[in-house]
Amino acid sequence: MITFESVSKLYPGGTQAVTDLDLQIATGSFTVLVGPSGCGKTTSMRMINRMVAPTGGRVLIDGQDVADIRAVTLRLGIGYVLQNAGLFPHRTVLDNVATVQRLLGLSKAEARTKAHEAMERVGLDASLATRYPAQLSGGQQQRVGVARALAADPPILLMDEPFSAVDPIVRLELQQEVAHLQAEIKKTIVMVTHDIDEALTLGDRIAVLAPGGVLHQYAAPIDILARPATDFVASLVAKDRGFRTLSFETLTGLGTTALPVPDPEGIIDMSALSPGWSVQVNRDAGTAAWIDADGAVFGPHPLVPADASLRTGLDAVLASPTSAALLVDGTGTIGSYFTLADLGPLLRPNEQARA
Amino acid sequence: MNWLLDNLPQAMGLTVEHLYLSLVPTLIGVVVALGLGLAFGNRPRARAIITAVASAIFTIPSLALFVVIPSIIGTQILDPLNVVIALALYSASLLVRTVFDALDAVAPEVLNAAEALGYSHARRRIFVDLPLAVAPLAAGTRVAAVTNVSLVSVGAVIGVGGLGQLFVSGYQRNYPDQILAGIIVILLVALVFDRVIAVAARLLTPWLHQGAAANSGDGKRRRTSPAPVAPAPQELAASGREAK
Repeated sequence: MITFESVSKLYPGGTQAVTDLDLQIATGSFTVLVGPSGCGKTTSMRMINRMVAPTGGRVLIDGQDVADIRAVTLRLGIGYVLQNAGLFPHRTVLDNVATVQRLLGLSKAEARTKAHEAMERVGLDASLATRYPAQLSGGQQQRVGVARALAADPPILLMDEPFSAVDPIVRLELQQEVAHLQAEIKKTIVMVTHDIDEALTLGDRIAVLAPGGVLHQYAAPIDILARPATDFVASLVAKDRGFRTLSFETLTGLGTTALPVPDPEGIIDMSALSPGWSVQVNRDAGTAAWIDADGAVFGPHPLVPADASLRTGLDAVLASPTSAALLVDGTGTIGSYFTLADLGPLLRPNEQARA
Repeated sequence: MNWLLDNLPQAMGLTVEHLYLSLVPTLIGVVVALGLGLAFGNRPRARAIITAVASAIFTIPSLALFVVIPSIIGTQILDPLNVVIALALYSASLLVRTVFDALDAVAPEVLNAAEALGYSHARRRIFVDLPLAVAPLAAGTRVAAVTNVSLVSVGAVIGVGGLGQLFVSGYQRNYPDQILAGIIVILLVALVFDRVIAVAARLLTPWLHQGAAANSGDGKRRRTSPAPVAPAPQELAASGREAK
């Protein structure tokens, strides 16, 4: 548990970076501090590992004031990922990843063994181990940064805008990877971002900060979207707000139609859905291709898992030439499909928003 | 050239003395400048004082320094130590600014990372800042070393000048061949010093000499280039030195 107790930061020039911040970050949670630049989000995060000292209040980790812990000792127990990776240019990838273990006193050989494991965990090819950072792409550098932060297996991981410097495709990939990693390793992650989308996708708790370091709302993503506490939060989530809410709704209660039996070539006649159309499933790729009366092929289109979000389901239907998508149930069977009409009853205005 | 070929043993002896008189001050200068730079690089006030003192030392003509040092530290006027100390002072003064600049040039991001990961200040200075400062520092050391090689010859005026003695005696005897021999050997020594330091620096900074990686292009790779060498102080120093 990381606790901010009425924490403030007033810089000598008179800039109020953080104002009376109270925050409880549960162990094992993924908390995102989000807000525009100048909202004190990075300043707040850096108080956790004492890179910034508060001018008022206290920051506690499991009940102990961080000010009472030696800075170096504290930091060795907290992973840190920087915006531009911040790798040491004079060390190979492997030695970069081994840094913290070396600082903890492990021998070079031991530290490197652990570093290899950490590289594997974040999906870095072992052949990159002997490269220098300047020889890597931006995405790879950021991965090395994550591996370095995780190598010593710290219980807490701080991430300072970790994905803002990489291109959108790599960013998405890294975000998915981090979400996946977190599901596996369950660290207490505190991430800073100015990207509300990123916050909503990754966080299980989001703290929205406004300029001056004023906390406006601290809640789960769905609550931030559905019930913004202040006008400031509302303006932050205004874009695509209704549509984004669908990400947090399930396909529970979706009415579906059974698929006809495929012919020997695996082609399913869909004329009941739309005259002349048929569909062919590629199980391995998890996709389906639609075929019209003239034999023209449309696809591949994704199959929709039964546990997908309403947003994924709607997206699949909107992208399909027949306004229908095939559903994969929990056992991996592809036995039914649904249409835009089937989604209708699920697409009601959010009840929480109405309340 | 005839003189050189006819007096090889004498020339060798002078060359060895010349090497000693220029190499030792360079090494002392590097060590002192590094120590000052690492200790005071991030203390603006101490740094300003050091820079001012270094500049002041630099303005003292070398001959004057050779003559004044014995009266300060009590050595004999003809003691080679006088030359060593004077040149070490020049080298340290020249290099301390290079060290400050080289340490300043280390990316703040990298220092930030080091701090966040749990480096203590001293440890960071030695294992992060120092290796990253090697390239610009080596460039400064090349200038200092070559300058020392040429400055040693001034010591000949007080009788301790290595190959510089060939200039004095060649001039006195009106024997240009001897002077030419001195110039040639000094040039050679300077060239060797310069190359040795350059190669050593290259070996110490393998990360600056790897070709950009062969992983297929996403356009994000940053081409490695040697860290920038702050040219201004060195050029100033070099031109100032000629006047001595």
